[in-house]
Amino acid sequence: MRNFISERAQSIPSSGIRKFFDLALTMEDVISLGVGEPDFRTPWNICESSIYSIEQGVTSYTPNKGLPALREVLSSYLKQHYNLTYNSDSEIIITSGVSEALDIAIRAIVDPGDEVLVTQPSYVSYAPCVTLAGGMPVPVECTEADKFKLNPDTLQEKITRKTKALMINFPNNPTGAVMSRKDLEAIADIVIDNDLLLITDEVYAELTYEGSHIAAGTVSDLWQRTITLNGFSKAYAMTGWRVGYLCAPKDLCEIALKIHQYVMLCAPVMGQVGALEAIRSAEEDKNSMVNEYRLRRNMFVAGLNRIGLSTHIPEGAFYAFPSMKGTGLSDTEFAERLLKEQRVAVVPGSVFGAGGEFHLRCAYAVSRKQLTEALTRIETFLSSL
Amino acid sequence: MDEKDLELLRILEDNSRLSAQEIGRMTCLTPAETEARIHALEAAGVIRKYTTVINWEMAGNGEVSSIIEVKVNPERDYGYDRIAERLSRFRQVKTLRLMTGTYDLQLLVTGKNMQEVSRFVSEHVAPMDRIRETATHIIMKSYKENGNMLFEQQEAERLPYSF
Repeated sequence: MRNFISERAQSIPSSGIRKFFDLALTMEDVISLGVGEPDFRTPWNICESSIYSIEQGVTSYTPNKGLPALREVLSSYLKQHYNLTYNSDSEIIITSGVSEALDIAIRAIVDPGDEVLVTQPSYVSYAPCVTLAGGMPVPVECTEADKFKLNPDTLQEKITRKTKALMINFPNNPTGAVMSRKDLEAIADIVIDNDLLLITDEVYAELTYEGSHIAAGTVSDLWQRTITLNGFSKAYAMTGWRVGYLCAPKDLCEIALKIHQYVMLCAPVMGQVGALEAIRSAEEDKNSMVNEYRLRRNMFVAGLNRIGLSTHIPEGAFYAFPSMKGTGLSDTEFAERLLKEQRVAVVPGSVFGAGGEFHLRCAYAVSRKQLTEALTRIETFLSSL
Repeated sequence: MDEKDLELLRILEDNSRLSAQEIGRMTCLTPAETEARIHALEAAGVIRKYTTVINWEMAGNGEVSSIIEVKVNPERDYGYDRIAERLSRFRQVKTLRLMTGTYDLQLLVTGKNMQEVSRFVSEHVAPMDRIRETATHIIMKSYKENGNMLFEQQEAERLPYSF
């Protein structure tokens, strides 16, 4: 029999922590700081409205772009909260999570051989999505010395004549880094001078703890060359609902929509109904969750520094990214032994690409009680080394 | 009263047993600063008392709680204040509020049993001057008190790792 596997599919790496995953599942009493999702339940008003809509028989396809009512409230929401201007009819597509939005955004712009700059450490899907689209992902490292922000000089160095786009994600998973308007302006100059497109994943926008989130699409003249990705998962504790969205100028949006209608048709209607309710009435729920993350962040990051794991203060998202350099272990060894010996699950930083090595991603989307217990266990582990 | 004070109040309302050190770590204050702020809030009367949410049905003390709606003829110059304050003094009255709508005062009254509650209403509340009418509603079961669910909720299963 022939080998049916596509070379391209074969070439993308599988998740680096499969073995951790399997191990953790067999263990009792594990505190998992490895989870990239809120520990809160979806606010009940959101669930209720979705349940009611199912009872009313709202179970069909929606327009490809998504429910018109959802796109309309979203358009005003983006204007009001981030000063982003997107036309509800022609510049917004509701997708099945940001994951799908990312995929169609990249496929809409990448031709074989195109290079896409991807900031790292970063969420694990960006580079593989570029590869799957036939492009070449090029990592741009964000270093701890720069507080994991994107340094314009590093960016400039990576640009070649094949570079087509830059993919960024701030607030960042896994580092919690945030870019100020000034930081983004420096990046905007380079993007515009080199005639690049910007894809910005802002799914953690609502989880910004110091000041307010700056949407890349509002900086300098970036709007016309920016695809903004966002979703409901993190801010409203709606990970399993799979609702995200892609916003872009009309011509780009039309191309992305073409791909979306062939591969997804539309995002699930129940999820879209829930998302509509989230914007209409879950502002307070969202604020109280964000406030709780802030309190946890303060106590957890202070705790990590106290027990000897140097950690910069993450200004957004819900991850702490401590350095474990100097322990004599690699980040993978550290994470594996910490799980086996003290039953605390964290993700080794090297999983997130360049700049992640010798770091650990610890999600503080668990209760304060569990965070306190995790700190005690990590401290015990450190003193055993 | 600044943003930090409001933050402390929200934390304490959720769990008043946290130490000044624990609260300080969450709010980026030293334990001494935290204590000073809490003392000031106590002294100002913003913090009235530290208490506990108890599921009495589960504790099984057999007490009966009731909501009593009261219609009142307000007093010239004083409105509802004097009569409300007078009612508040009774140990049995746990909560008392002035309401809009079809009645004026709402009382939460507890007693050892139904007889005790009904005796309290008929002997002390109903005959009081200026009270026109009362309606007593016995609480059959509490599902939520002060933002806290009193029933068991299933823990949601999460994967040990996700990105």
